[in-house]
Amino acid sequence: MTQRFHHANACGMLGKTALGGPTAEGATMKPTDTRNPDYFHKVVDCQWACPAHTDVPEYIRLIAQGRFTDAYMVNRESNVFPGILGRVCDRPCEPACRRGRIDDKPVAICRLKRVAADHKEDIRARLPDVPKRKNGRKIALIGAGCASLTVCNDLVPLGYECTVFEKLDKPGGLMRSNIPAFRLPARVLDEEMDYILDMGVDLRLNSPVESMQSLLDEGFDAVFVGSGAPKGKELDIPGRQEADANIHIGIEWLEAVAFGHTEAIGRKVLIIGVGNTAMDCCRTSLRLGADDVRVMARKPRDFFKASDWELEDAEEEQVEIVINRSPKKFVVEEGKLTGMVFEVMEYAIENGRITDTRVTGEEFLAADDVILAIGQETAFPWIERDIGIEFNQWDEPVCDRTTHQSTRPGVFFGGDAAFGPENIIWAVEHGHQAAISIHNYCNGKQVEDRLPQTMNLGSRKMGIHEWSYSNYFEPIARRKMEHVPLTERFRELDTEVELGFTAEQTACEVERCLNCDIQTVFTDSLCIECDACIDICPTQCLTITENGREEDVGARLTAAPKNPDQPMYISDQLEQTGRIMVKDENVCVHCGLCAERCPTAAWDMQKSILGIPYAKDHDVMPIAKVGS
Amino acid sequence: MSYIAKPKVSWAGQERNSLGLTLADYEGGLSTLCAGCGHDSITAALVRGFWELGLEPEQVIKLSGIGCSSKTPAYFLSGAHGFNSVHGRMPSVATGAQAARRDLIAVGISGDGDSLSIGFGQFAHAVRRNLNVLYIIENNGVYGLTKGQFSASADPGSKAKKGAANRNQAIDPVATAITLGGSFAARSFSGDKKQLVPLIKAGLMHPGCAVIDVVSPCVTFNDHEGSTKSYAWTRQHLHATVEADYVPPSTEIQVDYDDGAHTDVNLHDGSVLRLKKTDPDYDPSNRAGALDFLEAHRARAEVVTGLLYIDPDLPTFHDIAGTSKQPLTQHEFEDLSPGADALAELQKGLR
Ligand SMILES: Cc1cc2nc3c(=O)[nH]c(=O)nc-3n(C[C@H](O)[C@H](O)[C@H](O)COP(=O)(O)OP(=O)(O)OC[C@H]3O[C@@H](n4cnc5c(N)ncnc54)[C@H](O)[C@@H]3O)c2cc1C
Ligand SMILES: Cc1ncc(C[n+]2csc(CCOP(=O)(O)OP(=O)(O)O)c2C)c(N)n1
Ligand code: SF4
Ligand code: SF4
Ligand code: SF4
Ligand SMILES: [Mg+2]
Repeated sequence: MTQRFHHANACGMLGKTALGGPTAEGATMKPTDTRNPDYFHKVVDCQWACPAHTDVPEYIRLIAQGRFTDAYMVNRESNVFPGILGRVCDRPCEPACRRGRIDDKPVAICRLKRVAADHKEDIRARLPDVPKRKNGRKIALIGAGCASLTVCNDLVPLGYECTVFEKLDKPGGLMRSNIPAFRLPARVLDEEMDYILDMGVDLRLNSPVESMQSLLDEGFDAVFVGSGAPKGKELDIPGRQEADANIHIGIEWLEAVAFGHTEAIGRKVLIIGVGNTAMDCCRTSLRLGADDVRVMARKPRDFFKASDWELEDAEEEQVEIVINRSPKKFVVEEGKLTGMVFEVMEYAIENGRITDTRVTGEEFLAADDVILAIGQETAFPWIERDIGIEFNQWDEPVCDRTTHQSTRPGVFFGGDAAFGPENIIWAVEHGHQAAISIHNYCNGKQVEDRLPQTMNLGSRKMGIHEWSYSNYFEPIARRKMEHVPLTERFRELDTEVELGFTAEQTACEVERCLNCDIQTVFTDSLCIECDACIDICPTQCLTITENGREEDVGARLTAAPKNPDQPMYISDQLEQTGRIMVKDENVCVHCGLCAERCPTAAWDMQKSILGIPYAKDHDVMPIAKVGS
Repeated sequence: MSYIAKPKVSWAGQERNSLGLTLADYEGGLSTLCAGCGHDSITAALVRGFWELGLEPEQVIKLSGIGCSSKTPAYFLSGAHGFNSVHGRMPSVATGAQAARRDLIAVGISGDGDSLSIGFGQFAHAVRRNLNVLYIIENNGVYGLTKGQFSASADPGSKAKKGAANRNQAIDPVATAITLGGSFAARSFSGDKKQLVPLIKAGLMHPGCAVIDVVSPCVTFNDHEGSTKSYAWTRQHLHATVEADYVPPSTEIQVDYDDGAHTDVNLHDGSVLRLKKTDPDYDPSNRAGALDFLEAHRARAEVVTGLLYIDPDLPTFHDIAGTSKQPLTQHEFEDLSPGADALAELQKGLR
């Protein structure tokens, strides 16, 4: 049989030799460089969205196997406080979760984290060893919040001596003083703080730092500022001064409640603002005797800052959320607050943006107390402005986003103190990054000298049709967290509302995870272009087509691309026709059927393991040679 | 084979056809064929063709004989009617089905063994009677199901897996169909859905017998070097001639081809088969020319694909046999079986 090549056909089946590479500069799509760790990392939507890049699918699989302690330790590696975060994390992973693009509801990632924490065994033996002989470097940390404690977690095992100065008489920062115990029980907080404090942190309570200069004079090798954003915003409208006795700043009021200084509030309470602080204030009010609590929002619901689940939890407790009301004045009669006047607002909204605002009237609402929950800011009255630590026009410290170093070498900022209020998981990530900088700094290395993330892949093939993960798509809906009944929940201030998942709920929920870290890995030289993978894919992710301009390739996909934020895999030229394999990652359910159907194993299912460098991974001179 | 069934997943933005159905609604059971089998690709092309046309699955009847190819009706349109008959007998069963249920759209799936050996006679008569069926031959050059013996479509010289060369001449189903007076004769390749899906749609809408010979590599027994039905060989020797596309009635016809001539073939229901020629001199309405062309390219070891011959005006089985427009299932029992007296009356007129 003569092997003759015939390219004169119209169906685009041009032989590779005829194609001869891209026709013009930029005219065809370049093959995806999957060696860049970001490619496969992005596919794991939850991990990519998590500020600390927690390996979510891995811990979910461990939970599925009943390996709760292992699941906890996978969490702890990156997020340090799994028990705390399993209850109150802001969970940026959930809106990102791929499952949400399939049946609308993401995997209950956060709840599953709590499952690991609730059911783990004693983990102390698995915590890093702390060397008896220290490395001679002394670090001062200001504030005993999650940011500072993460720095200690990373540095104490390396031989650093960490001294934490805390203004209050308990450690924990806002997690203790502001997040109410009915969401985060003290026992959980204490346990996870103690894992770190017991490593040998020198914790100085009731020790506010009042002068940075004096602290620096004490000769620490580095200083970490983790003092948070402690200043609640004011509402300067008429009547504010006169009614002061019954107007409370949200975060201060929550702190007073947490430490037992405030034990009651009036029956009618108005909360101004509709962020997460407002949600904690309204629910706390209900537990201190209020029975008519309204949260007053200036804008419509789509513009609320509070997370959906916090709003739902508040509404479940019969809190009324009133929209389109802008505070105008406090009304005071006979020297006492009687209520507030609001302007009734109307908005023109186009494409989710407010384009016009109108006041259509006024409304008076009676109130015994008002709580202001309209935001918080950083405040550094204790940092002298002439010691080399620069502040910007908004009086925020100038600090590098990656290294967290301020303009004064050796002084680092992290958590809410660095770039304004965020959340616990961001504070933890800041802590990890600052710890790397401090480690470098103390050892004469550039703070910028940081290891890159790495990506490892390992096949999950067990047999011809068997994978070492549960690849079947489980169609079940998201499980709902049970709450303590309304009749019982308000009796004690610290009754935890969420009961945790039952074993049955856990068993279902873990199967909803799509194992996005079990990646579809393609070897173009093996593909015989039989289309089997394309035909079997239940979500039409795959296409073999001619290469071309991005929009042309996009128009030829098996299913039109729906999500420009999702990665698109482009293979190199295929052997037989010179076409390319394209995979739209958007709704791949990682069922492995493409790999199972492929006659040549051109597709394989491989677990991606993201290597996240921490301080301990950054080589410096052997510690014994320094100092002591 | 797979351990898990293809899951039914729905997601935001999933495409739906004119009936509001998804592609998955046109699928069938999970294929038990070898991974990479060309037949599975043809199945997927059928799923897409039916979906794009927006046909109701229960308006369709699937018919087949025996072979790996003949198993495939189980893998698409699980909502359709179906009859998996005996080896080579699909055309007889299809004839019966059409005689009784003219309202159903019939699709017959056969193999090169099923249609060119044991069922060759059946194939020939279905074609010359212009039976109203889309007749797909999933052509892999071997008897796949019985482990890879050469079939009647194997080219002389093509090598078996263990190296023996075929010494018999090959039957070309397309040339055969044209010779037999067929009204629609096409060839395609399982690895080219861009060509195959429109051809399937055209074949489904063609009033008479639409024969599509689809080269469909058998990954297990006939995809090696030396085989002329492998993926690689087929791709290297493809020669496309006439692409066909189906344009439904009352669709505004937009001329969006930027190159090459196109010809419209009008069907009786007002729809149009739009033919686009890549060989400008080729005329798909010329029987002698088509046979000549096939022969010339066969001699050059080229696999000619596309809609090679069409005549939509030939009378079909229904026209010739005068089948009942109303499905037999919808007739009253008395109409279907009017009794001995009526028979006697009828016979009287014939004496
Ligand atoms: C009401 C409320 C609810 C919240 N709920 C959530 C939630 O559900 N989930 C979530 O992820 N985040 C939540 N947050 C945000 C979260 O608590 C913070 O982002 C996080 O605690 C920041 O940690 P940090 O370590 O930077 O600072 P902080 O937790 O604020 O800790 C700073 C510590 O520094 C101390 N300090 C300050 N100044 C000095 C000084 N000069 N000397 C010594 N000590 C000092 C403070 O007393 C405090 O203990 C909430 C915040 C509020 C206000
Ligand atoms: C009457 C009869 N004779 C022989 C067979 C054995 N047999 C089963 S399948 C087959 C050939 C099928 O070949 P083909 O139609 O090309 O299908 P493929 O498996 O290649 O798709 C034969 C000879 C049979 N099932 N019935
Ligand atoms: S499905 Fe699982 S792995 Fe995928 S994003 Fe959601 S939680 Fe993460
Ligand atoms: S794993 Fe493969 S078959 Fe399954 S959804 Fe993803 S691309 Fe499709
Ligand atoms: S199943 Fe394998 S060989 Fe076939 S097209 Fe897909 S990747 Fe290529
Ligand atoms: Mg065969």
